[in-house]
Amino acid sequence: MKDLLVVSASPHIRGRENIDIAMRWVIIALVPALIFSVYLFGFRALWIILISIIVSVVCEAVMQRMLGRKITIIDGSAVLTGLLLAFNLPPGVPLWLPAVGSAFAIIFAKQLFGGLGYNFINPALAGRAFVMASWPSFMTREWLAPVGGQLSGIDGVTGATPLNLLKNPANYGAPEVIIRQLNDWTTVKNLFFGKIGGCIGETSALLLLIGGLFLIIIGIIDYRIVVGYLGSFALLAFVLPTQGNVLFHLFSGGLFLGAFFMATDWVTSPITKKGRWIFGIGCGVITIIIRIWGGYPEGVSYSILLMNVFTPVIDRLTRERIFGEQKGKKEAKK
Amino acid sequence: MSTGFAGGVHPPENKHTEGDAIKVMPPPKRVYIHFSQHTGKPARPLVQKDDVVKVGTKIGESDGFISATIHASISGKVVAIESCPHPVLSSSPCCVIESSNGEEWEHGVSEDYDYESLSKEKLLELIREAGIVGLGGAAFPTHVKLSPPPEKQIDTLIINGCECEPMLTADHRLMLEYPVDIIEGAKIFQKILGAQSLIFGVEDNKKNAQEILKKAGVDVKLLKTKYPQGAEKQLIKALFNREVPRGGLPMDVGCVVQNVGTCYAGYQAVKFRKPLIDRIVTVTGNGVKEPLNLLVRIGTPALDVINFCGGYVGQPKKIIFGGPMMGIAQYSESVPIIKGTSGIIVWNKIAMEEEGPCVRCAKCVDTCPMGLMPTDICKFVNNKNFEKAKEYGVLDCIECGCCAYNCPSRIPLVHYLKYGKSEVWRLSKK
Repeated sequence: MKDLLVVSASPHIRGRENIDIAMRWVIIALVPALIFSVYLFGFRALWIILISIIVSVVCEAVMQRMLGRKITIIDGSAVLTGLLLAFNLPPGVPLWLPAVGSAFAIIFAKQLFGGLGYNFINPALAGRAFVMASWPSFMTREWLAPVGGQLSGIDGVTGATPLNLLKNPANYGAPEVIIRQLNDWTTVKNLFFGKIGGCIGETSALLLLIGGLFLIIIGIIDYRIVVGYLGSFALLAFVLPTQGNVLFHLFSGGLFLGAFFMATDWVTSPITKKGRWIFGIGCGVITIIIRIWGGYPEGVSYSILLMNVFTPVIDRLTRERIFGEQKGKKEAKK
Repeated sequence: MSTGFAGGVHPPENKHTEGDAIKVMPPPKRVYIHFSQHTGKPARPLVQKDDVVKVGTKIGESDGFISATIHASISGKVVAIESCPHPVLSSSPCCVIESSNGEEWEHGVSEDYDYESLSKEKLLELIREAGIVGLGGAAFPTHVKLSPPPEKQIDTLIINGCECEPMLTADHRLMLEYPVDIIEGAKIFQKILGAQSLIFGVEDNKKNAQEILKKAGVDVKLLKTKYPQGAEKQLIKALFNREVPRGGLPMDVGCVVQNVGTCYAGYQAVKFRKPLIDRIVTVTGNGVKEPLNLLVRIGTPALDVINFCGGYVGQPKKIIFGGPMMGIAQYSESVPIIKGTSGIIVWNKIAMEEEGPCVRCAKCVDTCPMGLMPTDICKFVNNKNFEKAKEYGVLDCIECGCCAYNCPSRIPLVHYLKYGKSEVWRLSKK
């Protein structure tokens, strides 16, 4: 007997890319930064990353099982969440902290909202915000000095990250000297290449830049968010009153990690082109405001979380222009 | 310089038959000629069971302005007027003709006529009588397109030789083999419209066709190979940077677009008084032994065509009428060729991928040549919020399939969009 013919809607061919492949590329783009972090901070960094990923994947599977959903841990999205969360933790945190953070990220920020595609905030950043609020001392003090360099990026000062120094220079020595040193060319170079302390995955702007540009070129992340974020941030860092120069601000903290890998998260960023510009610019504005006037030295993760919340509104207010739509003439609503 | 259009995709072309000259398939034993082969009202049957018909006998009269006449494509006896499988409408009233011995042509068909001196009105009448419809796929009656209301000034006739669908090569072969006939047909259309300029648009993967047409003395613009370059609105935008307004037609920006195949058929209708009884079909795909470009009589069942091409390779899994991006999957191999059938694709292997959740990657938004937000519209449609779907422009969708092609979650967006469109139409009629 002849098999029945398959009848399905057009198109009958599909592009090659799917979610698994896209997630894999993002993870691959983060591998250089991962390897570098292990070099900088030793196997401790690797343990934190592995614990974070494993707990994330296990929570995803357990939650999907409990909620009666299909188990989709092979799609790589839980791995990515775990990896990004670990990248956002100081390397000296106790080993249970990444576990708690990624469990919160997957269970509360992701699965309870409906799983992949339905979470309204970036799970990794939600996990970070949770541990930051619960154990601020671990999150702000457990820094490690990188191999062959200073935590602060400048000679003679230990115990603070560059952004901490910028925020409270008087706590660590003569303010003018410290500010001058921070704006020094060697410091900028250290920041760019990553010979400084900081969260596990955020130190090397260069490696993150390479991975991020690669993702833009292969079409997985959108340049508008990145350019909007970094562009508005750089502009404001230039015009607003801050003691750090533009390059210092660009290369320090988690800006590149946030701009390339977290603000661009598909699920939690706008789908309209105009919306993506607004989203990126909003992130840049909030980040610099927090850095200059906020209580924290760094504002990347909160800026992205805040803009995540605005995403639905942005989408609604910035619809795409439909082909043939004339200015001022909206289709009659009937 | 052409400015191109926004969005679009470039799927693998797989135009394996572009080097194969058009072959003529002998008339089949039986044809199934549908009364509805075009956009608009079905034709009114003029024959009954047991009537004897010749090749070119009119068997269906155009019923109203937007309709088209239908002709017998073989000579023989009408054995039934009944509902038969239809490639678009699933089933529809149809005239079944069984061939008698030999081919007898209707009186006056296929003689050589002088047409240079004919008036616009007479030319238009000949095209209407021949049942010419747009052969690019939509099958819109050509005489309607050629008679825009007097307040619409047409300055440009665009001849569409893009053939942007992957795998199809029928138009390409036609341009290579019958450039002069196509140009003559285009000039007839131009005369009817009174358009000052005539321009051909060809994708740059068919440079040889462009050269041949250029040598024959017409203006040909080479366009980027990008799907859907051959969609009317995108083609006009790419050529002249004019945007057809929402809900409007090419004539609103002074253009009329005709497919190269339609020009060829129009030329034959005027020069030989030959009605539209056959067309060129690309038969391709891994499920057919000998992929070909074939001149096939209208009404020939798909199975006859496939058998002429050496039969199946393996078990057929999917049979598509049209191209892989916009074609329609068929439920039966007995579905006949209609005027709008540009290709038959047979696949013996298909990938079945499960639909995943929307991850809001926005690839559908970035790729939509109409500037729509397919994922949002589909969410509205799934929630049966057709009001919102309409507000977000579901009726502007041209069903090109770029969104679904690019979707990493394999969401059948076009399926939801088509459903949304039909519901919006249905509700607005109420």
